[in-house]
Formats: sequence, C-alpha cells, structure tokens
Amino acid sequence: MDTRYDVIIIGAGVTGCAIARELSRFDCKVLVLEKDEDVCCGTSKANSGIVHAGYDAKPGSLKAKMNVRGNEMMRSLVSELDIPYKQIGSLVVCTDESLRGGIEELYNRGIANGVTGLKIMEASEIRELEPNISDDVVCALFASTAGIICPFRLNIALAECANQNGVEFKFDSTVTGIEAIGSGFKVTSSGGEYCASVIVNAAGCHSDEIHNLVSSKKYHITPRRGDYMLLDRSCEGLVNHVIFPQPTSLGKGILVTPTAHGNILIGPTAIDTDNKDEAPVTSEGLAKVIEGSAKNIKGVPVKQVITGFSGLRAHEDGGEFILEETTDCPGFFDCVGIESPGLTACPAVGEYMASLVADRLSLSLKSSWNGICHDVKKPFELSEKERAELIASEPAYGKIICRCETITEGEIIDSIRRPLGARSLDGVKRRTRAGMGRCQGGFCSPRVMEILSRELNVPLDSITKNGGSSKILFGRTKDES
Amino acid sequence: MRADIVVIGGGPAGLAAAIAAAKEDKSLNVLILERDNELGGILNQCIHNGFGLHTFNEELTGPEYASRFEEQLDGLGINYMLNTMVLNVSSGSVTAVNSNEGVFTVSCGAIVLCMGCRERPRGALNIPGLRPAGVFTAGTAQRLVNIEGYMPGREVVILGSGDIGLIMARRMTLEGANVKAVCELMPYSGGLKRNIVQCLDDFDIPLLLSHTVIDIKGKERVTSVVIAKVDSNSKPIPGTEQEITCDTLLLSCGLIPENELSRAADIKINPATNGPVVNESFETSVPGIFACGNVLHVHDLVDYVSEESSRAGKSAARYVSSSIISVGAEIRISTGSGVRYTVPSIVRPDELDSDLIIRFRSTGVFKDSYIDVSFNGSNKIHRRKQIITPGEMEQVILKREDLLNISGDICIAISES
Repeated sequence: MDTRYDVIIIGAGVTGCAIARELSRFDCKVLVLEKDEDVCCGTSKANSGIVHAGYDAKPGSLKAKMNVRGNEMMRSLVSELDIPYKQIGSLVVCTDESLRGGIEELYNRGIANGVTGLKIMEASEIRELEPNISDDVVCALFASTAGIICPFRLNIALAECANQNGVEFKFDSTVTGIEAIGSGFKVTSSGGEYCASVIVNAAGCHSDEIHNLVSSKKYHITPRRGDYMLLDRSCEGLVNHVIFPQPTSLGKGILVTPTAHGNILIGPTAIDTDNKDEAPVTSEGLAKVIEGSAKNIKGVPVKQVITGFSGLRAHEDGGEFILEETTDCPGFFDCVGIESPGLTACPAVGEYMASLVADRLSLSLKSSWNGICHDVKKPFELSEKERAELIASEPAYGKIICRCETITEGEIIDSIRRPLGARSLDGVKRRTRAGMGRCQGGFCSPRVMEILSRELNVPLDSITKNGGSSKILFGRTKDES
Repeated sequence: MRADIVVIGGGPAGLAAAIAAAKEDKSLNVLILERDNELGGILNQCIHNGFGLHTFNEELTGPEYASRFEEQLDGLGINYMLNTMVLNVSSGSVTAVNSNEGVFTVSCGAIVLCMGCRERPRGALNIPGLRPAGVFTAGTAQRLVNIEGYMPGREVVILGSGDIGLIMARRMTLEGANVKAVCELMPYSGGLKRNIVQCLDDFDIPLLLSHTVIDIKGKERVTSVVIAKVDSNSKPIPGTEQEITCDTLLLSCGLIPENELSRAADIKINPATNGPVVNESFETSVPGIFACGNVLHVHDLVDYVSEESSRAGKSAARYVSSSIISVGAEIRISTGSGVRYTVPSIVRPDELDSDLIIRFRSTGVFKDSYIDVSFNGSNKIHRRKQIITPGEMEQVILKREDLLNISGDICIAISES
C-alpha cells in the first residue's frame, strides 16, 4: 500500500475534519489519522453544541475572527451537509444592576468584531421572550446570529464529505512520533507508518504533545473539564434562546439552552485537570451545574435529567487559537488551543488552514468537487407521502428500534453501511440518536448490537461501546472460560 | 382501519385486558398492537419461576405464564400486530407504524393503555464517574443473558435492590459470575422479601443497605466502582468509601411507567405513580381510554397485573357495548399518613358490580402497625399488619354495599401502634 500523502491531518474532530473537507477541494492526497475508533470522539462530542455569535473574544484575535467567519459560513454549511441547526439567538443575562457595564462592554466588543444582530434588551422585553427568566433580570445582550447545532452530525458530515471527495481516514492510530525526512515527514502511529509533505496538527487536547514532537517552541494545554446535564425532551419550552450568564475569566459560564433535538442542556462547569484522556462526571460538578443554571432560569426541572456527561476543552496557556505554520519546522501546521468557540469556528479554521496548506504546496483546485452530503434518512421528518413510499420500498424504515427517539432499523442500517460508517454502539448513537433518549439505550442497545453484528458480519460479543476494549459482552453464557 | 377496542402493548397487561374484553362481549373486535417481535412483553426474558401462584395456583416461568394467555387469543378471535409501534393516541383513534402498513390510523371505540414501564437508567441517577462499557440496567442484562445467551459481565456489583436486580444477582451467579454486593440507597430493600431470601441469602451475596455507588472507574470497560455508606439524607458519609474491583455494574433503581403517549393525549397523571389517574373501572381522565398494568403503577407480582387488567378490559368492553354515560357520584380515595398512593383514586359506587379492591404502597417500613380505612372521617377498617414495606404492594377490599351508602371521601392510612 502506498503510504505517501501530500497532507496528513492528525485528529478527526470538527477541526481536523473541516480542514479535510476544505483540502478535498484541491488536487492532493490527504490522510486523516485518528487515535479513536471513529470521528467525533474527543472535545467535538461533548460540548454545548452552540454556534456562537462572536462577541466574546478580544477584537483582532484569531478567536474573534474565526468565530464571526465560522458563524457566517455555518449557515450555508448546515444546508450543504444536512446538519440539524436552528438560529434561535442568544441572551447574555445580567442580574445585577452594578454589572450592566459588562453587557455594554460585550456589545461594544461584538460591534468591533463585526457581529451583526446585537441588541441590549431591558427586563420587560426579556420576560416576554423568556417567561422563566430570573426575577432579578436587569438587562441582556441579545445576539440574533447565535444558534444551536448537532455537534455529532457536524463532525460526521464534514468527514463524510471529505471522504466522498477522496480523503482517506485511518482510525485506532495514535501518533507516537514525527520525523522530518527530506522535504517532508515520516509519521509513526499505532496503526502504521505514513509519509507526507505537510502535517496539520488538529489533535485537540493532545495538540501540544504533537507540536512539541517537532518544535523547540513548546506549547502547554490544560484540559479544562466541563460537566453537563441533559434534560428530557418533555422540558422543551423551558427556554427559547441560548441563555448565558455574564462571562468570567474561565469562560462563558453555565448556560441553559434547547438542543438541536429538543432537549434542554445545562452546563458546563470549568474545572482544570491534568488528565487528557478521562473526563469523569463528579457530584461536585453536577451540583455546580444545577446551582449555575438556577441563577438565570427559574424552576429548571433538574429531576428530568436523562444523562450527565463531561467534555474537555483544550485550553492553551496563551488563551488564543494558534493557527500557523510552525516557525522552526516548515511544513508543519498547528491548530492548537482550539477551545470554545472551536465548534463555531471550525468551518473558518478549515478554510484558513486549507488555504495555508494549498499555498505551501502550490495546490490547484480539482475540476469537480461535491460539497453536498445527506444525513441518514429520517422517516419521521419526511412528509406522509414520502414516508409511505420509503417504507413501502424499504420496510426496515417502518420498524422502530429506538422507542424513545423513534429511530428505525433502516436508519441504523444506513448509519453502518454509509462511508465511514458506525462500528460501535456509540457510533450508531451519534449518527442516528438511537440510545440517546430517556431510557438511554436500555431497550434498544441489545437490538442495535444485533444489527451491528449482522451488518458488519462479526460475532455479537465483539461489538464494543466505542472501540478498543470497550466490549459489551464476555462470550456465551455456557462458555467455560 | 377500524377496531372496537385497541389494546396498546401485548405484555401481561395487554393480553389479560384483551382477553377479558373479548370474553365480556364476543361480538367486539379487539386488536393488540405490540412493538416487539412477539407477544408476552418482559415475561419472555423472565425465565425464573414464581409466576402464577395467585392466578393458576402453580409456579410457572415467565414464558409459560404468558403462553397461558397467548393460547386463548385465537379462540376468542383477538387480532394482534407485532413490530408495531404506536405513535399517537387520542380519544377514539390510535396512530401506529410498522413495516407492512407504514404509518396507519385505527379508529376505535375504546383504548386500553398497556405500555408497561422502563428502567431508570444511569443518566437519571446522576452517578458520578466515567462512562465505560459495563454499566447496564438489570433488565437489559437479563435480556442479554436469557434471550441472547451472552454474559454481560463476570465480576458484578449491583446498585439498587429492585426485584429485577435481585433476580439477576442469582441469575448471573448461576451462570458463573461473581456477584460481589448489592447496594441499596435506602435503609430497606425495594424488592420482595422472598427474592432477598432466594436470590441473595441462598447465595451468600451481601445486601448493603444505606449504601450507594459514588464513582465508576475504567475508561473503556468498568474496572471498579467506589461505594460508600449514606446518611439519613442519602448523602455519602466521608471515610466510608470502599473500592470494589468489578467489570460490571447493574442498576435496579426503579421502574418508570411509560406514559409518553398518555401525556401527549392530555391524560391526567398521578405524580406519585407516574401513571394515569383512574377510577374503579380503570378509566383515565379521558373517557374511553383505560390503563392497566405497569403503565398504571409498578407492580411486584404479575398475578396482580393480570387481575387488574382483566377488570380494565372488561370495563373497556362495557364502555363500547353500552352507550350509557355514568351520572352517579364520584368519591375520592385520598392517601393518609404512611400511604404513598392508591389505585384507583376515584370510585363511582354505581358502576361497581362487585367489591372494590384498592391497592396501595407505603411511604416507608412500618412494623406492628395498622391499616386504617375511614369513610368521611369515621373509621371503617382497622387491620393489624406485622410489617408493611414499600417493596410489597398492599390492598384493602371494600364491600360494594358499604360504598353505595357512603358520602364524602375515603381515606387510607397506616398508623403505628
């Protein structure tokens, strides 16, 4: 097998996959190396799912530029890639008159960053929009361009689109060494050795380690953990916008928001840790989430929680996105410190990094490129007539497997068979939502395992939750061992 | 599509309700809609014995118990559709989907809700820690072992002492697993006494009351859990932590009636049961929609499910057959001290054709106490009970003739001697 590439991208999160999709417009051979079994396994899978407007970051910073450009690009990207998204707007809520200045400062920063649709709202207007807002509300910064998105579909769709345009993906491949050879690099990974002219480092929480393999200018990332609680869809309507408190030095604070799928999400905390691979939920973290959510919204029904989870943000000491060719290692490009607003920024980061790489390699655009990519067909989002036709031609779309989210066998089969398809329970879950509902896979997981086993033609007891040694079963009941 | 009665769910409740409705009036067209690929519901995976002692005076396994009902369907002309998921219910109409029909609507005279319940998952319990493979609800593990024939774990800790957890402690042990402990947050078990004896004591599995799981470790598969003793407010007590090496955590922490369809149909729900509010005929707040089995309130014995569901099915048949609308008095059954809920919570004495069975659960453990029933404030029944626990359903039977002469509320309470 030819292991020479023009570009190797390390990391298949939203950043790596957005770069891969943009690079796939050019005539070049691209490989994405991912340490986990699937795309969307790190920071990209556990975050707020918010498309930020762009008033938070300091004017002139890369964070600000990429946020505003990313927000703008996202609106067309979601239709090209069939991503659940709603531009519902956000409110940064001030509950203390003495802190009104902070709201004005955010407004001015937003204007300086080029954010449109900003407005300072007074209490009465806010109450009309958000009946459950705190009685202490004074004013708020309203941003009409903020929205909510399905982070899983965003990441998966970027990867699928890159793949359909020729980008290769290798999973279970942890990069352990990078060596400069001739005019390029040799990359050693747990999945094999590969050579490329250019490396793009999009390794999230591990991007400092990857960078430090080749450069004498050292970076340092602190994984900043965020705990979340996801509430049942019966809580829909609690809030109608993304509700933020006023930001602090640690971040945007604990928000209350609808999700793109109609749940309510509260969180995150911001707790610096030293473990980049494990993000445990803690009872202290959940207590902070509950306390934080109550500051802005009355009567958050926290007993309706269906799951808690936590994610890690890749916080670099400098607090800024690092998007550049490393000065002492030509041909090595960094995306380091991609914390919030990384999800929003990813289309812009993809565009920017791809242009840097294209210039470096003097790449030319392909004569044909397909930027459109459809999601798994969802019978319950079709019209009655279309649905009837679909079920008549493919009866698996009439058989419900996940009862809570009304997901059919047809959708699960599609999620496995499609390019870069699911190979684990979590892979199916992120592509279809099967197991994401209120019973959290209690009913459907054995059935999804059966379908995975059948479709992948592997024994049932080899099916994993999320790759590696996360097997669900330990052999047959009557086995001796 | 048209049916006189649509029964939603073909588990023990749905089977009994459909059979009773068809027996009540043989001319009625009764249709069961079942989401799984076979009838019988959760009984299919309950391969242990102990079912049917009250109904058949025999000890049957779950599948045997279900088959006693299933074999009556054909003779009674009851129709059923499998792999059929109901999407929406309203008075006189049920919308469902399956592979053959696509999305279809059945118009009907009455509906019996028999959707059963689901297990409370890890996410709803706020158990801290990592999220590796190896955390299962007890019922999911039961399906994997008994239906699929695979072992979900070898070294097991169980959180919660609900009956399925207790049954699975024994089942996993019999299949060669090492069940290290059953932790129960409350100072008493949530399961039946007979299951504690037969499933834990007989196998020397420790039941740790007032204990909970405070951490789950292991990145890919569970490697250990940390348990701790809890105080009277269910808060972990520092210094009592104990790490147990295991590959599996089973959860048996409560069952939740599956009332999403009921809520969407604007049926009034009792917050104590999470099931519909019903009267003596098991009719919900929406006329013509009845509810029974675990969707109504969680039972510990299937025999009681069958018995209640028979009454619900019969009531549905009468509702369809007769056009008479009840005009008699409605009496409220209220919960006094020590009683968490009653089913039914409303009785219309004029509608009774026999004595009224009221089932209820206690709010805690009561020893040497009395069950008191009062009619409009004056005591009617004062019955001594050696022990009453929340894990075992209690009942009182009120005579029809007494109810016909009553005015005011009925109150059920537990008093300590």
